[in-house]
Amino acid sequence: MVATKDMPQKEYVLKGNAACAGCQDMVALRHAHKALEGNVIQVVPACCTSVVQSLWPKSCLDIPVLNTAFAASAATASGARAALRAKGITDTTVMVWAGDGGTFDIGIQALSGAFERRTDLLYVCYNNQVYSNTGTQRSGATPLHAQTTTTWYGKKEPEKMLDLIVAAHEPVYQTTANSSYPRDLYDKFKKAKEIEGPKFIHIFLPCPQAWNYPVEIGVEIGKLAVETGYWIMWERLGDEWTLGRQSKRFQDPDNRKDIEEFLKLQGRFSHLFKPKKDEKKIQDLRDFVQHRWDAVLRTFT
Amino acid sequence: MKTMLMSANYAAARATVSARVEVVAAYPITPATTVPEQIALLSEDGVFKGEFIRVESEHSAMFACIGASSTGARAFTATSSNGLLYMDEGLHWAAAARLPIVISNINRSVSPSWNIHVTHDDSMSKRDTGWIQFYSASVDELYHTIIQSFKLAEDERVLLPVMVNADGFVLSHTVSTFDYLEPEEVDKFLPPYNPPHWKMDPDDPVSHGNIVFPEHYQEFRYQMHESNKNALTVFEEVEKEYKKLFGKYFGGPIDCYKCDDAEVIFTSQGTIGAEAKDAIDELREEGHKVGNARVRMVRPFPVEKIRELASKVKAFASFDRSASYGFGGPVANDIRASLYHTDYRPFVKSYIGGFGGRDITVPDIKEIVLDTVNVVESGELGPEETWHDLR
Repeated sequence: MVATKDMPQKEYVLKGNAACAGCQDMVALRHAHKALEGNVIQVVPACCTSVVQSLWPKSCLDIPVLNTAFAASAATASGARAALRAKGITDTTVMVWAGDGGTFDIGIQALSGAFERRTDLLYVCYNNQVYSNTGTQRSGATPLHAQTTTTWYGKKEPEKMLDLIVAAHEPVYQTTANSSYPRDLYDKFKKAKEIEGPKFIHIFLPCPQAWNYPVEIGVEIGKLAVETGYWIMWERLGDEWTLGRQSKRFQDPDNRKDIEEFLKLQGRFSHLFKPKKDEKKIQDLRDFVQHRWDAVLRTFT
Repeated sequence: MKTMLMSANYAAARATVSARVEVVAAYPITPATTVPEQIALLSEDGVFKGEFIRVESEHSAMFACIGASSTGARAFTATSSNGLLYMDEGLHWAAAARLPIVISNINRSVSPSWNIHVTHDDSMSKRDTGWIQFYSASVDELYHTIIQSFKLAEDERVLLPVMVNADGFVLSHTVSTFDYLEPEEVDKFLPPYNPPHWKMDPDDPVSHGNIVFPEHYQEFRYQMHESNKNALTVFEEVEKEYKKLFGKYFGGPIDCYKCDDAEVIFTSQGTIGAEAKDAIDELREEGHKVGNARVRMVRPFPVEKIRELASKVKAFASFDRSASYGFGGPVANDIRASLYHTDYRPFVKSYIGGFGGRDITVPDIKEIVLDTVNVVESGELGPEETWHDLR
């Protein structure tokens, strides 16, 4: 894994952007661009990243950015890639940087189409599990029982296992990542940059606004997601699937921290603990953790 | 230049070869389907040199064109009806992003009920998107207008996308001769597209489409409006150059036939305007001073040309193959609005019909024109709007 001191000094995510305090999206984006080193066209649908670039005529991103419509990022990127091909340019990475709403929900058709066409495209879903840009409405990525402004008493359905849907498209490279592990994230972008074809990086990132936690504990929450087994770090290169070193020891449920440790730090789950602890709902989420492990292992191993 | 014999859709596909289009993204829908089918074949045979993206929807087709055009490539698509409606978000986006994309829209009725034949409701409902709109009346005109449209769209005074419409089946599937231009011939008319202001380029990074607050948003839209209007002047230049180079000319924004001494002028869009020439000839033989004005360009609307005609005529018989539901014929209303602040007060009779592919033939057009001739003779307007051949 890359040593922090070996990452490029150059910054592509500049100061003065409009991100919220404690925004983990900026952490992920910063390390992604350090790995891509500028030779990239970034397509951004409606999402937090379309807002935090800051206001015209300024931009906080020192790379070309094409903002596009909510449902259209993978299609827009397909067009950008085709234009580069028509002009004989092969070394530029075309990257989509989309939220979970733009990926799990409204953008899934364009994503599916672009991957089926084997588009040379790096699609990144930064998943904060909610429509946070519009003010915290539930998405297909919102976990069971999480409170949002369209599920005031908690979401009744578990999150969509998008990774399995994406895997069915057989991308050349697919991985999960987590903003609390930026060196690992950097390595994954470095790797993706060198591979031609459809690639998918799914980044888990906590959102202090939507999840309602103190801004300084974002990294801690991201790590707890892995340590409770809730978020699984893995990579798939072609057919070769490997469990990430961060998640390896949590395959055994006995090594996992209890899901409560992850949940209790977040306001969106506070109704599971007060006024009275809701053991059943907490158990539902504990069961979901194992369910995801089972589904992922059953699919990939 | 050489003569080829093809359907309008195949000719439209050939126009992408002639114009050296770099990216086509398209999704099949009747009656536009044979455009992407033919481009696919031309691409697989190595005749079409650009990239062809076989997208999974019309929404993606337009946004793939947007991505391509934003990256500096000449882009084209074709669709019809519900496909055009599904692109709607992208149509607004392409215009506001000032991307010179060209679409061939093969006019088809909008559902429900399912009907694959011509009505202009699809494109007319898009006339406020910022796109320039042409309506064509022959295979030859469709082919050459597509080539001209790239020149018009890419002109820095315009920088807007262009929609070239053709009547579904009536024109799209009609096989006719047309004058084909090899790309080497078109080169002297249409240089490679080079975006003058911005494109996606890692060596010169810009963000396009990020947030604009109320302080500036309106100014962008004002520029879009002014640039759209500029297309009238620029198109005049484009046609002039094209005529000089290739000897082809289709009559400017409004193609007039026997209008000079006419008292009643029949206006229409699309193929009806070609049919109308025969009707006008017959009516002339019968002693009526009538003319035919085929409105080729609907956006920007050729206001001055309408005023010029209005200064000489006693009445317009305006035929719309679409409706602005609750307000009537779109072009009839534009004609009326164009005249309000002038001293010209011809009668403007609005006729609406030919929906769902219902034929409008020479006898229909004669009936309509004669109805308006009666208005002039009697001095009584009668109904402002008539749905023609209503059962």
